[in-house]
Amino acid sequence: MIVVEDLHKSFGEVKAVQGVSFKANDGKITGLLGPNGAGKSTTLRVLYTVLKPDSGSASIDGVNVVEDGLAARARIGTLPHGSGLYPHLTARENIAYYAKLYDMDPAIIDERVQTVVDQLDINDFADRRTKGFSQGQRTKVSLARSLVHGPQNIILDEPSNGLDVMATRSLRDLIRQLKKAGICVLFSSHVMQEVAALCDEIVIIAAGQVAIHDTTDGIRNATGCEDLEEAFVKAIHMVEAVE
Amino acid sequence: MKTIRTVFLKELIDNFRDRRTLVSAMLMGPLFGPILFAFVINLSVEQSLENAEQTLDLPVIGREHAPNLVTYLESQNIDIKDGPESREAAIEAVSLGERDVVVIIPENFGENLSQMIPATVEVITDQANTTAERETRRATRALRGYGQEIAAMRLTVRGVSPMVMRPLNVDEVDVSTPSGRSAILLGMLSYFFLFALLTGGMNLAIDATAGERERGSLEPLLCLPVKRDHLIFGKILAACFFMAISLSLSLICFHFVLRFMPLQELGMTPNFGPLIVLIAWLLLVPFAVVGASLMTLVASFTKSFKEAQTWVSVVLLAPTMPILVVSILQVRPSTELMFIPSLSQHLLLVDLIRNEPVNMLHVVASVGSTLVVGAVLTWICARLYRREGLLG
Repeated sequence: MIVVEDLHKSFGEVKAVQGVSFKANDGKITGLLGPNGAGKSTTLRVLYTVLKPDSGSASIDGVNVVEDGLAARARIGTLPHGSGLYPHLTARENIAYYAKLYDMDPAIIDERVQTVVDQLDINDFADRRTKGFSQGQRTKVSLARSLVHGPQNIILDEPSNGLDVMATRSLRDLIRQLKKAGICVLFSSHVMQEVAALCDEIVIIAAGQVAIHDTTDGIRNATGCEDLEEAFVKAIHMVEAVE
Repeated sequence: MKTIRTVFLKELIDNFRDRRTLVSAMLMGPLFGPILFAFVINLSVEQSLENAEQTLDLPVIGREHAPNLVTYLESQNIDIKDGPESREAAIEAVSLGERDVVVIIPENFGENLSQMIPATVEVITDQANTTAERETRRATRALRGYGQEIAAMRLTVRGVSPMVMRPLNVDEVDVSTPSGRSAILLGMLSYFFLFALLTGGMNLAIDATAGERERGSLEPLLCLPVKRDHLIFGKILAACFFMAISLSLSLICFHFVLRFMPLQELGMTPNFGPLIVLIAWLLLVPFAVVGASLMTLVASFTKSFKEAQTWVSVVLLAPTMPILVVSILQVRPSTELMFIPSLSQHLLLVDLIRNEPVNMLHVVASVGSTLVVGAVLTWICARLYRREGLLG
């Protein structure tokens, strides 16, 4: 479970996040939706502790990300924006490297790596060096790497960027599987259809603030728009009008 | 500790598979020094042979016109050989590089000489041919010598002292000794070793920040539940390891190269046996900590791998600075100087190779201070790795 409360973060003059609050529950898929530059990545970066918030707090399974970053990071699997692999290592070695850094018991590492390799269906290229992998292959390996320690929470920053139709479909299937396993999935996107197709709850962010946080049906009702895209645009205008 | 070990081992595997790192660590660094050194040594051997009087073979056209001149030249350790048939043939041979220099004595040489008309002697040479330069200089010097001798005789016959022709007596005293010359060359040696050492870990040092960032692997790495200090320590340690390999290869390479060098001809007897190689390694290897952390530090300020390479190359020159200053000022080793990394390694190495006793206090000061400087730089790297701005 991920809880964000009144988060603020500025970079010099730029106020990236101004008072974002939401809650993402276990066994649910929560989508962070917003235009480019709305503050999605900044919010997620605070959650996986590479950025410190100016004020406000965030916790993962009740562990405060600012006070105990190490313990908070241990509870999440992350796929940051544009995740890169080590080109001279094989896919399997890339995953195993992270398993070791997660301080897993060496006796079970091989087995766990094989489990995620199966789960993501990357057996075909698991033993090849990752240099020259396609974007889809890279994303799958990155994802396998962040799941290897069996985290209770998964944070994905624009995971479908650069993926083709088939790869996007298999990514969606995987996210649904994770949900079924009772995991808390939080992911960001600027593609309305994707969020609509997957999410139980949607948090629309614009100009560093939460415009609406509701289920898909809830958002339709609140904005009075049947079409989600229209609802999205309307929600964003609502925030910008207040600004 | 476990994290440091994991990162260290991963960097080793990763870099042993990386051609770029391998080429710079295993080839560039270790070979650059010996090759340049061999070149410089051969050049100075050639120069020193010039000073040693060696018989010069000089082709002469028309030797029958000046038997006295020929006798004089032969007394100057010049062997007179028959030249080409004609002046044209001589010019062609010299311009084609078949001969370096040809002297032509015209038919009227003796006649002009006896009538006190300046007698012409032609020296055919090619100024663009650097190997001919030395022989030409010797031939002309000998010819002038003969001219002066005749002038002196003419004056003596007229009752004038030949000393009137020599108002000045310019005497050049060369105090350079073979050991002084070898000190300069040996000074180069220590720089080559430090250069090889630094090149070995260059790519790893850049990869720790700029490389990881450019590849997009830094952010997921920082999301792991590990201390950032441990990540950077593992990476610096791996860079040190590659630097140590590069240093070892460079030392071994020199050990063999020096065997085949005509160093005795320069009056140098450098001591570079297996034991010395081992001691030199132990004296130099602490510098790897300074090099690795300094390069990591410099690279962490840059935006991309390319930019990092540019700046880190500057670091390659850093160890020359103290060595250069000391070579110019001719400073003798002292305990204070042992606190300056790269300089202390240089001074100790020169003593070692010259077969002079190495002061143990100096060794302790050198190793100790180098490791302290390395530790401080590593600590600064760790501080920088904790910054938010690291992700760029």
